[in-house]
Amino acid sequence: MAKKLNIKDKYRLLTRDLDWDFSYEDRKEAFPFEEFEGIKITDWSKWEDPFRLTMDSYWKYQAEKEKKLYAIFDAFSQNNGHLNVSDPRYVNAIKIFLTGVSPLEYQAYQGFAHVGRQFGGVGARVACQMQSLDELRHVQTQIHAMSHYNKFFDGFQDYSHMHDRVWYLSVPKSFFNDARAAGPFEFMIAIGFSFEYVLTNLLFVPFMSGAAHNGDMATVTFGFSAQSDEARHMTLGLEVIKFLLEQHEDNVPIVQKWIDKWFWRGSRLLTIVAMMMDYMLPNKVMSWKEAWEVYFEEAGGALFKDLARYGIKMPKYAETIEKEKEHISHQAWWTFYTHGHAAGFHTWIPTDEELDWLSEKYPETFDKYYRPRWELAKKMEAEGKRFYTKALPQLCTTCQIPMLFTEMDDPTQICYRDTVYNGDRYHFCSDGCKDIFEDEPEKYVQSWLPVHQIFQGNCGGPDVENVLADFYRMNLGADNMDMTDSPDEKRWKQWKGVA
Amino acid sequence: MTIEIKTSTLEPVRNTFAHIERRFGDKPATRYQEATYDVQSEEYLHYRPLWQPEKLLNDASRTAIKMNDWYAFKDPRQFYYGTYVQQRAKMQEVAENNYAFFERRNLANLLTEEMKAKLIRYLVPLRHAEHGANLNNMYASAYGYGTAITQACLYNGMDRLGIAQYLSRIGLILDGNSGDSLAEAKLNWTNESIWQGLRAYVEKMTVTEDWFEVLVAQDVVLDALILDLFYTQFDEWLQANGAQDVGMLTEFVQVWAKDTNRWVDATLKIAAAESDENKALLEQWISSWKESAVKALTPLAEEMLGAEAMTQASAALDKRLAKAGLFK
Repeated sequence: MAKKLNIKDKYRLLTRDLDWDFSYEDRKEAFPFEEFEGIKITDWSKWEDPFRLTMDSYWKYQAEKEKKLYAIFDAFSQNNGHLNVSDPRYVNAIKIFLTGVSPLEYQAYQGFAHVGRQFGGVGARVACQMQSLDELRHVQTQIHAMSHYNKFFDGFQDYSHMHDRVWYLSVPKSFFNDARAAGPFEFMIAIGFSFEYVLTNLLFVPFMSGAAHNGDMATVTFGFSAQSDEARHMTLGLEVIKFLLEQHEDNVPIVQKWIDKWFWRGSRLLTIVAMMMDYMLPNKVMSWKEAWEVYFEEAGGALFKDLARYGIKMPKYAETIEKEKEHISHQAWWTFYTHGHAAGFHTWIPTDEELDWLSEKYPETFDKYYRPRWELAKKMEAEGKRFYTKALPQLCTTCQIPMLFTEMDDPTQICYRDTVYNGDRYHFCSDGCKDIFEDEPEKYVQSWLPVHQIFQGNCGGPDVENVLADFYRMNLGADNMDMTDSPDEKRWKQWKGVA
Repeated sequence: MTIEIKTSTLEPVRNTFAHIERRFGDKPATRYQEATYDVQSEEYLHYRPLWQPEKLLNDASRTAIKMNDWYAFKDPRQFYYGTYVQQRAKMQEVAENNYAFFERRNLANLLTEEMKAKLIRYLVPLRHAEHGANLNNMYASAYGYGTAITQACLYNGMDRLGIAQYLSRIGLILDGNSGDSLAEAKLNWTNESIWQGLRAYVEKMTVTEDWFEVLVAQDVVLDALILDLFYTQFDEWLQANGAQDVGMLTEFVQVWAKDTNRWVDATLKIAAAESDENKALLEQWISSWKESAVKALTPLAEEMLGAEAMTQASAALDKRLAKAGLFK
């Protein structure tokens, strides 16, 4: 009788043992990017496989999931599932998802394919390859989930074109470009660890929970289907950081610097999720502040306690980030409301009920700083004086978000920072973004800042209207501006038979 | 008789995404189209990669092949993730039954020690070559351009990992899960002279920079020769020498090759038909890699199958190249 192999031995024989020492070529030429970041890998064989999945099982499990998922998609479109969403305003949340998040899944596919080719250790390589394939799954299933919405609502149709150009979409795009342009180990700390392990509960999950609370069966089914993939990605992210920290003590300060950078970058990126949760979901899941406390302060705090034994500290600016949870969603939605003609989705003033909910969830800040603005906007709108900002906002060179954030100790004062590099002055929204720039100025001077590009005449024109219509391919008044009286709303009323 | 369920039909505002409509017209699109075309970012990339500052993150100039539209590389199988994994899951189910049957009936016991030794010497070491194929297809996926071709390379890269694992399982069946046959096969791969040509060829591909050239060296040239030598000629030899049951363990690769070659041949044909420059470049690459591959595989082919084997394999490759419109 053949002896029984345990999973670890089997995986070692079937996967880890496939590689060999080169004799005819220099192995460093085959895996050339491992050293320039200063990370020291002394022994790839110490890599602990975060999951031991062979391809035959992968195909089998994933095919079962796909079969179920597409059966739901088919049923969803056959039965006009979009009619079951809580309120047509909800659909704007998933417009942000398709234009802003799905293309990131694509970049994750590309980034993990890159490291899945480049790491010298076969265990790490294969784990990254599987994540690469999963990420391609996610972008494609998301496109298919949204495909039905695209047939009935405006604003989804040119998601790919818009992602490459539109001002606020350069925020997520540049975030992932930054990670992919970095070395392979920084990419893994940025995406594998910070993004997939720590921040995913604040990005991916809020959208899926939002879908669950608002009757969006297509999106939430995708979310459930991706759950086990995400679990695998999280174990990979955790293994990466432990492996790097255990390989060599010289890696610790490098990893800490990346953690500081990517948690700040990440918290900036999540601003749009904060706004989505607090303002765009007709049926709320929880407030952004609550989500931040549960998923970052509690869960993240416990994680960093665990990493303290390696000499890793809480990310820099954790105290600033803690204060920001009270403000950023309000500051962001106000910005989109006042730039509602330049957004790729509809905006609106919160209902009285929603204003009360915000007052309750943000007792320290909402009534004091933000509610008065909405009361004013309401009054102006009632008088037929709906306000749109005509000016283009100044952007932060690092995160590319308009200068909308305030000093956290003085929410009436916009936060401005700047620095001079090679004779040019660069502007930032925060100390965090300024520090990131100053650490790698030669990288961030390359930022393709949408507003600068418009002013330089690289986006058509001459007027902003031309840029929006021709360069962004936005249908003014259909894809954006107020939800009230939009084609989206009119069609919804027609489908529902209400006047 | 049919029954008719009354449903409420709503008139859609549009049939598909705008970029799909621009390519294929205003009509309902397939899932392959929506999952594939124009998904990759093309313009206004923010930072040049630290690891290759002379290029953009997504850069069509990582190969000397030039295409007016990289989405010309339509996959004849129309694989997107969902159709890909479902197709492979069907194949693995058959393979799993085959492996289970082989083990349950102890078919390895019907193999002579001499036959087992041959399998360990000639077939099992290929798992390392498949690992090389995994690296090379991942390379094309990571540095290639346009989702149409890069997704197909990713699927192929993962297929090759799967094949390396199936070949390893053949070794484990032969050695009763001790792993000895895998160790021996690896020693063959790293030390036996008959394997060194192929190993040098594989190592050379992993340091070749142009990703399309890598694809040609691996998926076009080497794979065609290996398919013919190992999965056609050696398979026939096994059948003729009482080891036909081994075919149950390699059937996966044969079915896989049939499916994959449709894509490989189409890719080659599309690239060659694009321009005379592309065609000339492909012919130059193919000639030079084919020459090294034939040289590399000849000692192995001769010992395994005899003097004529390599010529026969070479002819099989030439036939496919001619079908793709090359060397005419």
